Amino acid sequence: MIQLYNVSKIYPNGVKALNDVTLHIRKGEFVFLVGPSGAGKSTLTKLLCREELPSRGQVIINGRNLARMKNREIPYLRRKIGMVFQDFRLIPNKTVFENVAFALEITGASRKEIKKVVPMALRMVGLEKKAGMLPAHLSGGEQQRTCVARAIVNNPVLILADEPTGNLDPETSWELMKLFRDINRRGTTIIMATHAWDIVDAMKKRVVELSQGSVVRDEESGGYGYES
Amino acid sequence: MSLNTIGYYFREAAASLVRNSWLSMASVGTVIISLLLLGSALLLVLNVRHIISRVESSLEITVFLEDGLEEERLERLEEEIKFVPGVARVEFVSQDQALEELKKSFGEKAAILDGLEEDNPLPNSFRVKTRQAEMVPEAAVQLSQLEGVEQVRYGQGVVEKLLALTRWVRLWGTLTIAVLGAASIFLIATTIRMSVFARRREIGIMKILGATNFFIRMPFMLEGMIIGLVGGLVVVLLIYFGYLSLLNKVAMTLPFIQLISDPAVLYRVLGGLLGLGFGLGAVGSAISLHRFLRV
Ligand SMILES: Nc1ncnc2c1ncn2[C@@H]1O[C@H](COP(=O)(O)OP(=O)(O)OP(=O)(O)O)[C@@H](O)[C@H]1O
Ligand SMILES: [Mg+2]
Repeated sequence: MIQLYNVSKIYPNGVKALNDVTLHIRKGEFVFLVGPSGAGKSTLTKLLCREELPSRGQVIINGRNLARMKNREIPYLRRKIGMVFQDFRLIPNKTVFENVAFALEITGASRKEIKKVVPMALRMVGLEKKAGMLPAHLSGGEQQRTCVARAIVNNPVLILADEPTGNLDPETSWELMKLFRDINRRGTTIIMATHAWDIVDAMKKRVVELSQGSVVRDEESGGYGYES
Repeated sequence: MSLNTIGYYFREAAASLVRNSWLSMASVGTVIISLLLLGSALLLVLNVRHIISRVESSLEITVFLEDGLEEERLERLEEEIKFVPGVARVEFVSQDQALEELKKSFGEKAAILDGLEEDNPLPNSFRVKTRQAEMVPEAAVQLSQLEGVEQVRYGQGVVEKLLALTRWVRLWGTLTIAVLGAASIFLIATTIRMSVFARRREIGIMKILGATNFFIRMPFMLEGMIIGLVGGLVVVLLIYFGYLSLLNKVAMTLPFIQLISDPAVLYRVLGGLLGLGFGLGAVGSAISLHRFLRV
């Protein structure tokens, strides 16, 4: 489903965030991206949703080369990807409900459908009681879960989660991982960048380790396995 | 595009208008001023043309002839008059006819003219009509130079003044309106730019969630269009009621002046103004989005 061929990413300021990465991910896989801070995990997820273009190499999703994709096709790619951002990216003057509903609104979904699906997504992340609150009035963990709800609400085929448990307590983290596992079992591909070694160790999924922009390890049902 | 999406566009546009309320109002204000001027100038020009065309029908040149011209000479003179550029029709009015008409115009008091038949003081004349009002002054000069012509008379001055007025209004009106129109477009563009700026973070999030360019742009387009339409609507109301009261006043105090009162013409002018307001808004938004919302 996803193929990266010799992908390098050099930011305009000269920082080399990814260095000659080649990686294949099949449909329905659950992949952890690990590695120290600054290793390029977030950069990799940004290439996959075409927030950034690679400086060299090819990124291919479902047979489509993202660099050759026309501008007007990009929105439809992004709608198939549920993204959980490291920095949340919630709209400050919209409530939790409205933020989650927004992912549906932009696709032209009906009020009726929104009223049906959004509460379901909020219940899955345990935020049904906070639906009417603004992001500024939420804890970091609640904002993060709002972001997760928005990512899963329109049944994406791929979830890109950038440290989705970064602000969550251990118990809530595990709840979220159970949710991801269920979603993954229904066939959704999940790529999750994380520093949570205990989760990675316990889940026994594929682990891709990045270091200074290069893939240094790629094993099925691996562990976190590096000293930080 | 579903009904929900349209509702979303309007909600977002309204929210932006309220957020930048001062700038929004200033934009509406410039739209109002420029359209008001345009509307007034348009009505003025149309009315002057209307008045001239009505004057025109009764506007004829009277060519008074020297006394004692022979029949043959009169016939030749009629031919010569027909050859003067701009002349459409020539009609001979004899001394006797002229006196008859004069009596008619006196109505009941015609008696005071009794006895004039014996020694008619009125001259023979030709009534000449030109094809257009603009041609009257030129034709009059030429007619006065023909042999046997004593005097030429027409509504000297009135036509020239009306024509000069329309020329003046056309020139300065066009100039002022162009400048003001540009100013309204500029202000609308600035308003939209502020809206885009206030929501640039949100726009970034929308893009990454998979919103199409059209979806992102539509509320901003709508915002400009609403500014233009509101301005246009205010102007339409102002001009409609203003013009009606003007018609009333003119009818009361200056009944001999016939202004345009045909609703069809009025509605066309008002509709045009409304459409133009909408157009100003759309162009302003489009310019701003083109420059500041490269999505
Ligand atoms: N927009 C940007 N412009 C310039 N440099 C950037 C940009 N984004 C990231 N970088 C740099 O690229 C490198 C990789 O960053 P990236 O965010 O991918 O790391 P990461 O693995 O996600 O780290 P963390 O675990 O802290 O989130 C870093 O050195 C970072 O400073
Ligand atoms: Mg990161």
